[in-house]
Amino acid sequence: MQPFEYSRARSTGEAVTALSAGRQSKLVAGGTNLLDLMKEHVETPGRLIDINDLSMSGIEATSTGVRIGALARMSDTAAHDVIRARFPALSEALLLSASPQLRNMASIGGNLMQRTRCPYFRDISFAACNKRNPGSGCSAISGENRMHAILGTSDACIATHPSDFAVALAALDGVIQVSGPKGARDIAAVDFHLLPGNSPNREHALAADEIITAILVPAAAHAERSHYLKVRDRASYEFALTSAAVGLALDGTTIRSARVALGGVGTKPWRSREAEAVLTGKSISDAVFREAAETALKGARPQRQNGFKVELAKRTIVRALQTVSGVRT
Amino acid sequence: MSANIGKGMDRVDGRAKVTGTARFAAENKSPNMVYAVLVPSSIASGKIKSIDTAAAEKSPGVVAVITHLNVPKMQKAKTFMAGGAAGESRMPLEGTEIHHSGQHIALVAANTFEQATAAAMLIRASYEERKPRATLGRHRGDATPKGMFGPPEAKRGDAAAAFASADVKIDEVYRTPIEHHNMLEPHGIVAVWEGDRLTVHDSSQYIFGVQTDLAEVFSIPVESVRVLSPYVGGGFGCKGEAWPHVFLAVATARKLQRPVKLALTRKQLFTSNGHRPGTEQRVALGSGRDGKLTSIIHESISNTSMFDAFVEPCTVATQMLYATPNLHSITKVVSVNLGTPTFMRAPGETPGMFALESALDELAWKLKIDPVQLRLINHADTDPQNGKPWSSKSLKQCYQQGGDRFGWSKRKAEPRSMRDGRLLVGWGMASATYPTYQQPASATVKILADGRAVVRSGAQEMGMGTATVQTQLAAELLGIPESNIRFEYGDTKLPNAPVAGGSMQTASVGSAVQGAVFGVIKKLTDLAIRDTASPLYRTPADQVVSGGGRLHLKGNRERGESFSSILTRHYLPSIEAQFDAKPGNEKYSAHAFGAHFIEVAVDPDLARVEVRRVVSAFAAGRILNAKTARSQYLGGITQGIGMALMEQTHVDENLARITNANFAEYLVPVNADIRSIEPIFVEEVDKHANPIGVKGIGEIGIVGVAAAVANAVYHATGKRVRDLPITIEKLL
Repeated sequence: MQPFEYSRARSTGEAVTALSAGRQSKLVAGGTNLLDLMKEHVETPGRLIDINDLSMSGIEATSTGVRIGALARMSDTAAHDVIRARFPALSEALLLSASPQLRNMASIGGNLMQRTRCPYFRDISFAACNKRNPGSGCSAISGENRMHAILGTSDACIATHPSDFAVALAALDGVIQVSGPKGARDIAAVDFHLLPGNSPNREHALAADEIITAILVPAAAHAERSHYLKVRDRASYEFALTSAAVGLALDGTTIRSARVALGGVGTKPWRSREAEAVLTGKSISDAVFREAAETALKGARPQRQNGFKVELAKRTIVRALQTVSGVRT
Repeated sequence: MSANIGKGMDRVDGRAKVTGTARFAAENKSPNMVYAVLVPSSIASGKIKSIDTAAAEKSPGVVAVITHLNVPKMQKAKTFMAGGAAGESRMPLEGTEIHHSGQHIALVAANTFEQATAAAMLIRASYEERKPRATLGRHRGDATPKGMFGPPEAKRGDAAAAFASADVKIDEVYRTPIEHHNMLEPHGIVAVWEGDRLTVHDSSQYIFGVQTDLAEVFSIPVESVRVLSPYVGGGFGCKGEAWPHVFLAVATARKLQRPVKLALTRKQLFTSNGHRPGTEQRVALGSGRDGKLTSIIHESISNTSMFDAFVEPCTVATQMLYATPNLHSITKVVSVNLGTPTFMRAPGETPGMFALESALDELAWKLKIDPVQLRLINHADTDPQNGKPWSSKSLKQCYQQGGDRFGWSKRKAEPRSMRDGRLLVGWGMASATYPTYQQPASATVKILADGRAVVRSGAQEMGMGTATVQTQLAAELLGIPESNIRFEYGDTKLPNAPVAGGSMQTASVGSAVQGAVFGVIKKLTDLAIRDTASPLYRTPADQVVSGGGRLHLKGNRERGESFSSILTRHYLPSIEAQFDAKPGNEKYSAHAFGAHFIEVAVDPDLARVEVRRVVSAFAAGRILNAKTARSQYLGGITQGIGMALMEQTHVDENLARITNANFAEYLVPVNADIRSIEPIFVEEVDKHANPIGVKGIGEIGIVGVAAAVANAVYHATGKRVRDLPITIEKLL
């Protein structure tokens, strides 16, 4: 690890001011991702600003949904009554993430900021990684890419976004509240993470001097009947091969509204409005679910080792929809 | 037999370990110590053109930077294969040639670990890079025959001709990936020189081997080297050798005249020491319609490094497990730009039995014979390769007891015929076997006048229960409670013990302990029968027996006296005997056997495999401690489940570099992956294998598990997976 300065912010304003002062400052909350990357020299901040003293860990029901403070821990969020009752996909996504020890430390805001598990990104001795070192190339496209993305990729980067929670959040129309020198603003969860395009080093819409303060999720019938399904190589403590966050609002057996997002397959949390359009207004059936799944994966661009993700993702969507609709549990 | 043996005595080192007072190698400290950090090569093949250490040398706290340009002179270490302990024939920082990614190119020593780590990042090497040879699969055409210790080939009859004319044939290729040991405790060493005397705390399965090699490498007498390793946090074979960092740490300590601590990182454990090589194995079976094997052909290729030939001896079990008149087996190696592989839990048997026992299952399906029945048909009543009788063999009982407990008779034969709701259920089985080895070992037993006893042997305890079972054994033989016995181990100041490998430590050390107990009792007997004050005065020595911490007349417990009273009357504080046990019985073929029965459930859509139930019966001679033995079996089986479903080292085929060198991406089972595992101890008395009648249990647990899982997956899904691990894409 490279030596760095460390300070604690006592207010959001102080954190923003510290960020604005430059010196490659980074915020640290749980540190579960940042410290790992610092040990690997992938992140080499000159200064860490510890924000754990800020009062941003509350979770409360609002007139329109729920507000989750950016410092709420993953474990507290997953266990919260409102989240469990009205946004089950969020709770499930969190509980299927990482390990209990990590969930006890990691913050919700930090979860959205976590970086890819692409091995070529996480090891600086690999010369080629456009995300880490723009213009250097991509080792993964010709290398080990079983775990990589099949949606939203570019010729510059195929790294998968690792978060489960962000997938459920994208599905349920989450909004991310941020604060910066120019004040506060809201960013839709679906717009928060960026496609790699030619600049995979740019991963999110947060400016260098902005801080996430809270996450809002609107209440909805499809949020109450939501579900997160994660398929992976072992039963726990493992990133997704494929995952699906789905929500349905049903009128009898008719789908009034639908939400579908995919994880483990996208360079960002992958909301599929196309799949939702297929589902909306239809009567629930395996055939409709399969059609939605086919639609969601239409643009998939598999790599040498991850072609199986296309079919697996479809089956993941179908199973998640079956579960949430009560066709199968 | 007294109550000591067999019962589930708690580990004697358990309290120290769970309370954190047990001090592992890298936890040792020494005044004025420096911390060393290794710098790895980022390329897999080529030459170092230049190396810039200026920035690192100027970095705060740095004491030394050592590269190929200034590495202290070392003599060549003798490799394990050549009778020494070194894992590689190359010495660290020897020249500019790069043979594999992660090869050490420099060592940085600093006053703190953090300073050394930060400075290590400042070292810049420039290379003349060559295209590396990355994988066995790409270079299998270059495979050359090589045996591990003996010749590469074994032959009986004419396997090719018998196969050609067989009624029923199976001829398939099975593949297993590179695996890394990933023991919990990384390698760590603290090296302290005092003049020309060297003390080393090293996390080791083979302290005497390390001692000998260090003496040779640094040109000092063996007696000047002391290696201590009282606690080892797992090894699985990876700590049976001295890897380059050991020599480098010791050389640095000598150069600096300061103690050096060097601990490998998790990532470095993928490139600084050996691994289980990947294998490609052709197994061809020929049989009659009655299921009798007429031919077995087993050809194995495994990867090795560019500079050493380590062979994964996949064919060893094949040669002795089934009775067939015709057999041909051969092992070959392919050189690639990775480090030298090494022993990993049941080297040879583990990947080899995946292939053989999968092939047996394929043959069973083809013949429509129950897999257990097929194995019974081909049961070897004597060792088919050397014709020797077995020292003991209870494999049939393993099939019987394991199968009964599992409920094997309720199995429906057809694939995809058993279900639980929407899940496909499959039942599979496989045999297990592992040889019973013994190597020379010495022990002393000292009885103290206060009734306590001290047992000494430089054995290694890496979590399997060595310290506990040797304490039990001595307690049993002396008739003294375990709480009054101290077993001292893990130190080359103690009597010699062999490598804790090959499941032979208990047999080797235990035979020495037994001999030393007999020796010390004989000494006490000699004292007593010559002593007019003893109730045993003038009793013929062969009429004196021991029991309950006393000597007494055979058949008359009343006439005798305690060890203490003999010693006290002779003004002796203690009495001691040493015994040097040697392996002896060449007339028998000694092996442990077992049978695994495994149930899997497979989601037909999402293709995830869950191992729901394992019943494994083992016949491994005398079991000294039911508790630690059960743990050994559970660990072996768990590792086997990991091997079957998830474990593999990923190597980039272009760069010859490992891409999952961490515990997040190198998958081993977590608790949630492991359900019911039930080991069964099949009772067995072995009078020939070794004096204490044990067979060793550290390795047999894993052998055959992967095949049993694969066979169960086939039964569940109708899909035969011949390349491990059985990941989702292979079943979609």
